[in-house]
Amino acid sequence: MQANADLNNNTPAPRKSKKRKKKVNWTLTSVMMVLAIFAILGPLYITVVIALKDPSQMTNVLSLPKQIHWENFKNAWQMTNFPKMFLNTLFITVVNVIFTIFTNSMAAYVITRYRLKNKFFNMMYYYFISAMFIPFNVIMLPLVKEVSAFHMDNIIGITFLYIVFGLPQNIFLYSGFVKEIPTALEEAAEMDGAKPMQIFFKVIFPLMKPMHATVAILSFMWTWNDFLMPLVLLSNPDQQTLQLAQYVFQGQFSTQYNLAFASYVLVLLPVLIMYVFFQKYIIAGVTSGSVK
Amino acid sequence: MQETIKRKPKRKGKKIPFAYYMMVVPIGILFFIFHTIPFLRGVFYSFTDWSGYGTWKFVGLKNYLYMFGNSNITHAYWFTFKFALFATILVNAIALAIAVGLNGKIKYQNFLKAIYFLPYMLGSLIVGFVFKFIFGNLLPSLGQTLHWGFMSSNILGTTHAWIGILIMTIWQGLAFNTLIYLAGLQSVDPEIYEAAALDGVNPWQKFMRLTFPLIAPFFTINLVLSVKGYLMVFDQIMAMTNGGPGNSTTSISVEIYTQGFQGSQFAIQSANAVVLFIVVLTISLIQLRVLNKREERLG
Repeated sequence: MQANADLNNNTPAPRKSKKRKKKVNWTLTSVMMVLAIFAILGPLYITVVIALKDPSQMTNVLSLPKQIHWENFKNAWQMTNFPKMFLNTLFITVVNVIFTIFTNSMAAYVITRYRLKNKFFNMMYYYFISAMFIPFNVIMLPLVKEVSAFHMDNIIGITFLYIVFGLPQNIFLYSGFVKEIPTALEEAAEMDGAKPMQIFFKVIFPLMKPMHATVAILSFMWTWNDFLMPLVLLSNPDQQTLQLAQYVFQGQFSTQYNLAFASYVLVLLPVLIMYVFFQKYIIAGVTSGSVK
Repeated sequence: MQETIKRKPKRKGKKIPFAYYMMVVPIGILFFIFHTIPFLRGVFYSFTDWSGYGTWKFVGLKNYLYMFGNSNITHAYWFTFKFALFATILVNAIALAIAVGLNGKIKYQNFLKAIYFLPYMLGSLIVGFVFKFIFGNLLPSLGQTLHWGFMSSNILGTTHAWIGILIMTIWQGLAFNTLIYLAGLQSVDPEIYEAAALDGVNPWQKFMRLTFPLIAPFFTINLVLSVKGYLMVFDQIMAMTNGGPGNSTTSISVEIYTQGFQGSQFAIQSANAVVLFIVVLTISLIQLRVLNKREERLG
């Protein structure tokens, strides 16, 4: 979390020196610190220590392991078919993020730019925005029938659905951003004889970078942690995601808590590593995605 | 909104190049096929007796009437509303308190902010499993050693199971709401406070009269997203109680999933999904209306 330090640079220098004079509220700092350590990190500490112990050390769950049992991870790795599930989840997530950024930003750009001049694009805008009010849970029963009729109950099919289902939210996010981009650049490119696709990819797409970051982070978090959609759509054991596999293997772990927790750690670790390195961008991305 | 932005008249008559349509229409058609058609089909099935396969006939409003008489479904609505209400109030109250704390003159502010946001990154299924262990094994054994009666049994196996799910939901839900409130608090110009300090306003008055109105838009975002999310509650229930004991923690989504896919109530649960949609839509629209009005009044 070294990135923390340079976040402070946002505040202009004079105000900073003024702030420095004011005393740090150590009581509040301690309260917030204690709360963070016990309430937030506590459950994560429990997860990690259980994953490192063997059943004989479980009499005192909270104590640090006397002996570290790395083989829990090896066993959990094999038992849950971790590499396969990891690659499946990675495929869904990466392909979804890439395609979402290209296709959804393109649609959002055109809709936002032309909806005030053209009824059709205005209709499309309201069509997508109103679809935000239809949660996945509402359409899942008929969707499952449709998806199996199209033979899309696999990794590729679900990836495709994620790209399409992200549209309402992403059009909403991108459209707020596109409105702020002045039209002068596009008009100049148009004068130079650029084609619509060229205008979008050469002029507009690079300007949308901050919103691409937000959309990428939100899409990543959604697909990586999603449980419901894989649960209802993916039935073949070879075509499952990390989250779904955890649910499927719960029964097999039964009371082998050490194995189960080792397997939770394996699932949480990729996201935690990413968070340690990119937390500044993730926090900024999630904030700008919700606060306009 | 359309009227406020004036366009150059020369653009009015200009035809929009075909390529622009090609950038929207194909993906729009795909969205229609995979999102709108399932939605419409769900509405259609809710008026039939289709069991998911085989023949069917129209039954009118029978599925909807059945829903109101079925104690499992009515209980799912009761549970979900109770859960969403408590989760929304508690998550927002606690998140606001944490955000105010983080916005105070504290050290390690960015580090603490990163810690409080961490739970957002974790899948609720796995967090649910961890809390299931905490409630099922850790707390009971702790309660037995300390001879605390209320803690010596697994809360998830009792009639208070929903409180266990609520605690886990609060633990995870705080992350996002705190971040939004903190963004709101940081957007407030510190000079406003300096002016208030001169007028001799106490901290509580300062918060209620100054800070809260200024962060009202952030309150709206959080409230609307919380209610919508908690009415859909699914992952943590599947992880912690599977809807039990009995059906005491079966939410609307869990009911649609278990009875619609595994049971034989495809058409009835389609009706249930339609009602859930209407509920979410109505509550979201009312909230937006009421809260926007209040924002205007406060602003």
